Amino acid sequence: MAMLHDAWLIARKDLKLEIRSRVALNQVVPFALLVLVLFAFALDPDRGLLEKATPGLYWIAVLFSGLLAMQRSFAVEAADGVTDALRLSGLAPAGIYLGKTLSVAVQLLVLEVLLGVGVAVLYGTSITGWLLLLATIVVATAAISTAGTLFGVVAAGLRVRETLLPLLLLPVLAPVLIGSTRAFEAALSGTPSEGWPWVGLMSVFAAVYVVAGIFGFGPLMEES
Amino acid sequence: MTTETAGPFEASERGPTSTGSRTTMILGIVTLLALGVLVLFGLILSPADENQGDAVRIMYVHVPSATLSYVGCFMTAIGSAVYLWRKSQWWDLVAYASAEVAALFTAFTLVTGMLWGRPTWGVFWVWDARLTSEAMLMLLLLGYLAVRGLAADYQVRAKRAAIVGLLLVPNVFIVRQSVQWWRTLHQKPTLTLAGAHIQGLMLFSLFTGFVAITLAFVWMVIHRFRVAWLEEQVDAEGLDVAIAERRAEGVAS
Repeated sequence: MAMLHDAWLIARKDLKLEIRSRVALNQVVPFALLVLVLFAFALDPDRGLLEKATPGLYWIAVLFSGLLAMQRSFAVEAADGVTDALRLSGLAPAGIYLGKTLSVAVQLLVLEVLLGVGVAVLYGTSITGWLLLLATIVVATAAISTAGTLFGVVAAGLRVRETLLPLLLLPVLAPVLIGSTRAFEAALSGTPSEGWPWVGLMSVFAAVYVVAGIFGFGPLMEES
Repeated sequence: MTTETAGPFEASERGPTSTGSRTTMILGIVTLLALGVLVLFGLILSPADENQGDAVRIMYVHVPSATLSYVGCFMTAIGSAVYLWRKSQWWDLVAYASAEVAALFTAFTLVTGMLWGRPTWGVFWVWDARLTSEAMLMLLLLGYLAVRGLAADYQVRAKRAAIVGLLLVPNVFIVRQSVQWWRTLHQKPTLTLAGAHIQGLMLFSLFTGFVAITLAFVWMVIHRFRVAWLEEQVDAEGLDVAIAERRAEGVAS
């Protein structure tokens, strides 16, 4: 129980930080929308490719802008010896991990909603299969944030962290990209039964990373 | 041949003092002989395939090295787990050595696979489940090796690498599963490898390939491990020498 309480404290702290600093709102969200516009430049909007490729483009945009949010989640701890303060705070490392995961997940959900509106408006994608879409968003967000937070702390505090995190995280998230894209395709094409196995696979992924994070975060915190 | 020395930060740990020993030399000679036998059977004695012609000979090195790339990955995960459990530098370096050799074998598998693909399928690359997951394995290993190459304290680097190394196995499983579904849900498997119906001399050549390539793998891991171990010794010794010099300065003045 103490772990969940600590998680709540950390998540609240991180989200309060984001609300007050507005970095996510002023920089990450515009970046996400920029990616959508860049895709339109790359794939001529008149050829109907954008609508066909919406699921893939959507999740690529989520991954790239989500990377920025994850980088930030650990960048805010790097200044002023906050890492040491966290370690001295007596909060359970597993709680810190879950809290950071939760705050990243909340930011990702906001991004995903905005990007969803973005593709519906900009790419003219008609949205169907709501139940599968929502389930996919929930488990994919859980998978991205649990793995992202764990690899975030692996890269934290290093001079090369900005370049190391994408190299470590993106290959690991490849199954999530495949799964979420296929599930979205299934939902949008009106064959949701093809999408549910992917939701299951991504749930397994998220479960593996929650366990790895809960046990691995403590040892990693000690040294960073 | 090997006189033993203590490890840099755990007095109980012992390791090699040179890059090779009599045993590894014998192993090396046996490996070379096995590779010679493989060349003999693979290129000369075994027949060409009815459909694929001489291109099938690539199989004798391609299939064993693909298998060993996964074995190396498992060894890295095991080494990482034992490192986290016992804080043993020996196991940490086993993980490192296996990962590096596994990356080499993965690259070799990809290159031989592409060379095999060109004559048989007409293209270097197809988005087949096996090819794609091997490529993803390469990227995962490169991520692990990037953590190994960090300019940080030994303990910091080893711990972070061990977490990444330990996660290699679940990652490889999930990637393989997802890539398999990805390919089979949307299209029929585009190819079946020649493995299904081989016999006689071809089967024996493949067996020779497994023996020779496994020996080469073991030889490389052992030597990579010994070099890595000696590197750490030199680092630790360099620090000891520097400390001793500083102390001597203090006494002299």
